Amino acid sequence: MQVSITVNGQQRTDEVEPRLLLAHYLRETCGLTATNIGCDSTSCGACTVVVDGLSVKSCTVLAAQTDGSQVTTLEGLSGPDGEMHPMQAAFRAEHGLQCGFCTPGMVMAAIGVLADNPDPSDREVREGLEGNLCRCTGYHNIVRAVRAAATSGPSAGQVPQAQEVQA
Amino acid sequence: MIPSQFDYVKVRSVDEAVAALTEHGEDAKLLAGGHSLLPIMKLRLAVPSVLIDISGIRDLSYVRVEGDEVAIGAGTRHFELERSEVARTEVPLLPHTAGRVGDPQVRHRGTLGGTVAHSDPASDLPTALLALGGTVVLQGPGGRREVPVTEFWTGFFETAMSPDELVVELRVPRTGTAGWGYEKFTRRENDWPIVAAAAVQGRVALANMGGSVLRASATEEALAGGASIADAAALADQGTSPTADMHADQEYRRHLARLLTRRALEKAAAA
Ligand SMILES: Cc1cc2nc3c(=O)[nH]c(=O)nc-3n(C[C@H](O)[C@H](O)[C@H](O)COP(=O)(O)OP(=O)(O)OC[C@H]3O[C@@H](n4cnc5c(N)ncnc54)[C@H](O)[C@@H]3O)c2cc1C
Ligand code: FES
Ligand code: FES
Repeated sequence: MQVSITVNGQQRTDEVEPRLLLAHYLRETCGLTATNIGCDSTSCGACTVVVDGLSVKSCTVLAAQTDGSQVTTLEGLSGPDGEMHPMQAAFRAEHGLQCGFCTPGMVMAAIGVLADNPDPSDREVREGLEGNLCRCTGYHNIVRAVRAAATSGPSAGQVPQAQEVQA
Repeated sequence: MIPSQFDYVKVRSVDEAVAALTEHGEDAKLLAGGHSLLPIMKLRLAVPSVLIDISGIRDLSYVRVEGDEVAIGAGTRHFELERSEVARTEVPLLPHTAGRVGDPQVRHRGTLGGTVAHSDPASDLPTALLALGGTVVLQGPGGRREVPVTEFWTGFFETAMSPDELVVELRVPRTGTAGWGYEKFTRRENDWPIVAAAAVQGRVALANMGGSVLRASATEEALAGGASIADAAALADQGTSPTADMHADQEYRRHLARLLTRRALEKAAAA
């Protein structure tokens, strides 16, 4: 079947099998390998991307289900000149990563946390990231990074070219 | 893990969905949020030959007051129910429970109709719905019909719905300012309940204490007869048949049912 999906601001049309998962579509069809597959069972959040303004686990979504949607991956965050998104910059400044495997999903989920709540407490950040596992950091620096990003202005809770988050 | 092959059909209306179900028969499955169905398809525990995607039916997503009831469209996603002002004012137990399902990513995809149709005894929203009472509205080739929630979940992944029907709406009584409680016990925050108890207006429902979500009838009868919360909650596991798994054995689940029922009733009484 044919799908038309806007990936990181660029519309593309691809011939896919109905059973192709969004995670595989992004990694293999689009060649965007920042989105990691960890558990492959909706638990770890490593595969989190933003679809039409909402964080989702791309290992549990069919590419077919996102036909006509806007999908943003970690690659879509930085500006044309390579400038980092405020959430990426905060993860870097606050050492919010070690091995980095969880990081792309963690950053995408964290943007979703700030989209819902621009000034979350530590607890609210932890609850907002309950769907993302990190085996390295112990989470402290991740929470610090998200709170630091929150102080940097509203763009920390937005993906570029994002449509309004539905409420 | 990749599901086995299937044909994918996207429908735009309830009538189209019913027609597709009739055409493709028992080999077809409806796809809503996909957050119960896709995981089991990836494990090949389900191998439907046709998926009928109903997520594009926009007029299945609403929360509104209709007379003494709140009507909720089957396509309403968990996060939409969680944030609905109408639901928060008219039946606060439901949006609270919606917020306890999985994690934000799961709540962004999963739908009320999906969790109701899936009939997992360990699911949160069916437990709250069973405590509230009300009806499941189904649509099939013969038109619409309503099934009381007390008769809908008939067993482990089994319901009173026939294969050519879909859930289109849930209707629950408006509870307004009446007290309510929802107590869920999990090991990890984003998990299904090991046991959960919902209490509102003297009714109590339990998750994961048998083949389907069920009412704690002995507790309800004791409350109606004037028993204290502590005495009534001590009967919560009567008539239940919990299973044992890696999280809890049967006796521990029974203990949780009594404890969580007491806490849920105390919360409801404190409001
Ligand atoms: C990681 C994870 C954690 C979760 N945690 C919890 C939790 O804590 N508590 C909890 O209760 N649930 C939990 N869930 C399940 C979640 O709530 C699902 O979204 C829900 O059970 C199914 O809704 P869905 O829209 O995704 O349905 P789908 O997966 O699309 O469908 C489920 C079943 O219902 C059928 N169906 C769907 N819509 C209809 C309809 N309108 N009419 C008739 N049949 C229909 C489908 O054919 C399928 O058989 C979790 C899921 C995941 C992946
Ligand atoms: S790979 Fe998707 S949640 Fe772990
Ligand atoms: S940095 Fe290694 S898993 Fe999070």
